[in-house]
Amino acid sequence: MTKSIYEIENEITDEFSFFADWQDKYEYIIELGKKLKDFPEDKRTAENMVKGCQSSVWLVTERLNGSIVFKADSDSTIVKGLIALLIRVLSGKSSDEIVNAKLEFIDKIGLRQHLAQTRANGLAAMIKQMKMYAIGYKTKEQLN
Amino acid sequence: METALVKKIFDVDQVRKDFPILSREVNGKPLVYFDNAATSQKPLSVINALDNYYKTCNSNIHRGVYLISAEASEAYDKAKDKVKEFIGAKDSSEIIFTRGTTEAINLAAYSYGRQSVTEGDEVIISTMEHHSNIVPWQVLCDEKKAKLKIIPITDSGEIIMDEYKKMLNEKVKLVSICHISNSIGTINPVKEIIKLAHEKNIPILVDGAQAVHHTKVDVQSLDADFYAFSAHKMYGPMGIGVLYGKAELLEQMPPYQTGGDMISSVSFEKTDYNEIPMKFEAGTPNVEGAIGLTEAIDYINSIGRDQIHEHEKEILEYATEEIEQIESVKIIGTARNKTGSLSFIVEGLSALDIGIMLDTFGVAVRTGHHCTEPLMRRFKIPGTVRASFAMYNTKEEIDVFTSALRKSINILK
Repeated sequence: MTKSIYEIENEITDEFSFFADWQDKYEYIIELGKKLKDFPEDKRTAENMVKGCQSSVWLVTERLNGSIVFKADSDSTIVKGLIALLIRVLSGKSSDEIVNAKLEFIDKIGLRQHLAQTRANGLAAMIKQMKMYAIGYKTKEQLN
Repeated sequence: METALVKKIFDVDQVRKDFPILSREVNGKPLVYFDNAATSQKPLSVINALDNYYKTCNSNIHRGVYLISAEASEAYDKAKDKVKEFIGAKDSSEIIFTRGTTEAINLAAYSYGRQSVTEGDEVIISTMEHHSNIVPWQVLCDEKKAKLKIIPITDSGEIIMDEYKKMLNEKVKLVSICHISNSIGTINPVKEIIKLAHEKNIPILVDGAQAVHHTKVDVQSLDADFYAFSAHKMYGPMGIGVLYGKAELLEQMPPYQTGGDMISSVSFEKTDYNEIPMKFEAGTPNVEGAIGLTEAIDYINSIGRDQIHEHEKEILEYATEEIEQIESVKIIGTARNKTGSLSFIVEGLSALDIGIMLDTFGVAVRTGHHCTEPLMRRFKIPGTVRASFAMYNTKEEIDVFTSALRKSINILK
């Protein structure tokens, strides 16, 4: 039985509750960023770029047995870490689940207050793009 | 006479006490504020002046027949005299209050630019301009089918004067150039740049947003035709700035915006415009801003611009020496004559990551292209980390910053 988005969000919230301050939280995010799997070099195109970031972010999707798999990359390790969190929550889920995901963990671990206020990191733009892909797939499913 | 000769003693600890925000903590650490090129902090005297204005004489100016309106009008008009002295203008009618440097440049581009630039003409700017000194001219040139010409710079971030000289010809209707670069801190030889333009009868606008609080500015000795700056970068409030223009130019220029206060009489058939500078100040002006700006100038004068310049030079040199020692740090902009901003990249790391990590140590810097994308392209980089200094910054803060920078790099590598 695979975990639901809600369950994964709770796991992340628990993990972050162990960190005393933002320095530790960022160190963890940076580690996640460093570990994020290699992104296919040929997909690093302007077309796959997410707009609204101070850093460059590339995002691509794949359909796999009815679910959507995300792959992403960034020249910023912190942004890559944030993507890793989003991928952990959303990748491999159905379009419905992704569209309806509340992503409350961002608030709970304090990321919204700390990062989403500034346009610089493009967290909001990334989430929007991931949901747009899901909406796109969902529309396609309905047409078929 | 004697007191004028005695060099004032600059006491940074004393100065810091005048800025309430500097005692706050960020992420559990004392705030180290190194984003002064974006906006400076405000001394208590400026904060109190704004407060006091609303408590004692808030009213609309120039046409009120009652005492508090007269007081507010006087304060507003005095601000012009204060600015006039501060930048060495001939007359306070040459001082136009705007929302900031951006609006000041837009005013010049819309009014002077649209009047004097026509098809086939040229406008010259440099590679290191802020977007606010690029886009207004770009739009003007597009509209008029004129050409925007860009003065190239060296790898160290200095204007190539020989190239500039070659660009000056009879088609050029205006040169617009920054006094000091916001991104890389280069102090441009504006006096020489102006002299060369004037030899060909070309007027020149100087974007002084990064200059007036770092160094002494005398528009008459520079012979600048226009000079623009913002209050908020020089310890004053946001939302007010200045366009200085030589009276003979301002007299001939059409209004930029229209409405109240900029007229002398209005009928449905015809409107007569007010005299300068009122002609360029449509609507209720930023009275509190003008009062805050007055106070900011008084504050700067009380410390002394020479003292400020010396102190900031020392801070910039110290910071440069310190970060140069950190492996993989590369300074962007190594002009001989610099002040204010220290821009750098860390090889293999994104500027954004460095900025975010520095914040966790309480150090506020700016990351990205600093509204100078063409300049970043010139250096073939997406952006830099920029530490920019003000009179209240200390060597101890530089130490906190360099230690935080080393730690951040270690975490990120």
